[in-house]
Amino acid sequence: MTPFTTLHSTAVPLLRDNVDTDAIIPSREMKTTGRTGLADGLFAPWRYTDVAARVPDPAFPLNQPEAKGAQILLGGANFGCGSSREHAVWALAEYGIRCVIAESFAPIFRANCIRNDILPVTLDRAAVESLAWQSLDVDLTTQTVRCGNQTHTFTIEDEPRLMLLEGLDAIALTLKSLPEIDAWTAADRARRPWIYAGNPA
Amino acid sequence: MTISPKTLFEKIWYAHHVGQTAGGAHLIAIDRVFLHERTGAAALKSLAASGRPVRDPARVFAVMDHIVDTRIGRGDGTLMQGGSAFITETRAAAHEAGITLFDVNDPDQGITHVISPELGIVLPGATLVAPDSHTCTQGALGAFAWGIGSSEAEHAMATGVLRLDRPKTMRVTFTGTLAPGVTPKDMALHLLATHGAGGGAGHVVEFAGEAVSALDIEGRMTLCNMATEFSAMTAIIAPDEQTFAYLVGRRHAPAAFNDPYWATLTTDDGATFDYEIVIDAATIAPMVSWGTSPEHSMAITATVPQGPERAHAYIGLDAGQKLAGTPIDAAFIGSCTNARLSDLRRAADLLRGRHIAPTIRKALVVPGSSAVKRAAEAEGLDKVFTDAGFEWRASGCSLCFFAGGESFTEGARTISSTNRNFEGRQGPGIRTHIASPETVAASAIAGAIADPRDFAR
Repeated sequence: MTPFTTLHSTAVPLLRDNVDTDAIIPSREMKTTGRTGLADGLFAPWRYTDVAARVPDPAFPLNQPEAKGAQILLGGANFGCGSSREHAVWALAEYGIRCVIAESFAPIFRANCIRNDILPVTLDRAAVESLAWQSLDVDLTTQTVRCGNQTHTFTIEDEPRLMLLEGLDAIALTLKSLPEIDAWTAADRARRPWIYAGNPA
Repeated sequence: MTISPKTLFEKIWYAHHVGQTAGGAHLIAIDRVFLHERTGAAALKSLAASGRPVRDPARVFAVMDHIVDTRIGRGDGTLMQGGSAFITETRAAAHEAGITLFDVNDPDQGITHVISPELGIVLPGATLVAPDSHTCTQGALGAFAWGIGSSEAEHAMATGVLRLDRPKTMRVTFTGTLAPGVTPKDMALHLLATHGAGGGAGHVVEFAGEAVSALDIEGRMTLCNMATEFSAMTAIIAPDEQTFAYLVGRRHAPAAFNDPYWATLTTDDGATFDYEIVIDAATIAPMVSWGTSPEHSMAITATVPQGPERAHAYIGLDAGQKLAGTPIDAAFIGSCTNARLSDLRRAADLLRGRHIAPTIRKALVVPGSSAVKRAAEAEGLDKVFTDAGFEWRASGCSLCFFAGGESFTEGARTISSTNRNFEGRQGPGIRTHIASPETVAASAIAGAIADPRDFAR
């Protein structure tokens, strides 16, 4: 896992509401059972005028010259709605996106971002719109997005903040609590035996 | 000492609370993990690669549903190019991990959220997660069940818990009685049309009220299914006598529900929610989506409202236009939303002795599970559908989404009993209108979007 502290990048605007994970990575672009090889299919129906031939649409924000190397994507309300496919986040990460700033996020997409070192930042609509094509400094330690002489503060729960700041592996961390989990499970087995009844043939 | 009243969700949350993390999140015990071949293989493979075992394989289940061929007589081959790798790799990984797998031609195969209740794998008061957004469907049985990513599925299998910040709660109360011809799908689309696709904003939504209690279990699943389209974390409905009667005798369910615990699974009087919505069920009409988000839904009797330009351009309908009467090219009855036996029965009732319009180029019925398929065939429903001009398929997710294999003809306008009308969801340029199975059946007969009440017997 890669820690996230600060990020300096241009912000590419995709200021549409309800951008769904089918648009971020269509099912037909999920060609392997692994987590890689997805960046090429990122936003395929919007990014290419001919998806099969991979002909870029020059009007799509990520295809514009200023977007080259950008690591910040701006979105509207309910960004990442729809399918739970983590491939949407893997595709963004593989493409190079490290931070998405949107008016709001769909919950599964947001959780997937955090597990893949992408910082989801929620700001009000006017603030998000004002950041389009600007050069930003995102700082998770101070929870700020700085744009010129403007500073926007954002909130994030302590747990995801810590996970991102330290680049923690959630599973390794949780496995340290195994004795607690085992004790809970043993007690629960007596309380709710039907949960552990096994697998009848 | 007084005990403060609690919501059903809070009771399940506290009952599964194992501990707290340094970051102030909570370790919540997971009773069941359900995987499918599209996102489950990645989780199982990644877990195996890390050398971590599945902690309790007896409580992990997997099924082939997403990209399986739904043509009768299928094997591992898929219409999606390269799709069989998802099937063979999931099979190998499931066997290696020692979890229960419902394989392609297993008699219990079906869509995750159809077979989990059918087999009594989801239970009231239990926690269940699956790397699939429509896991919220299973909240209809009184479980705390929600969709996650593949990494979280891996986490749940490796540790038996998930690290969660406590979600906010919402209650959506449907008072009164639904009008004839109005279904749970219409309730969900009405909620989306009035409160938006972001209206649930990560909340756990409890559906309550007379109109919800009056729904059968399958109808409750349809209502809860669409909670993810509302951007809710999940939905839940308090279990009642109907719920327990539904579950008794199912393979993984208890033989009886006489433990006093079961009666505690309700929201206490006086418990508070972070947000409340009340809807008079009698005001709901049959609904159809007009645009490219489920929030772009409207009463079939209304005219298309003004929405985002992009949505109007994609779907080819202007504000002020009537939706009813719009010609369609295809019809689809299927998905975890509306492909259970009761859905097929209601659609078949409209189709019996009638035929789809000659302009319909493709009409499919894909049962939600292999058990639903067998039950429908035993009642002769397959014959009703095929006589009416529909194709009758084997169970799977099928054309709820386009995986690169089968689709409708490019640009086709489709009426579909599914859950998502996103741009391209059912194939490149496909214009999807989501509606109840009755509305799909009525529209297929008419060859144009039609009010199912005009076809009622």
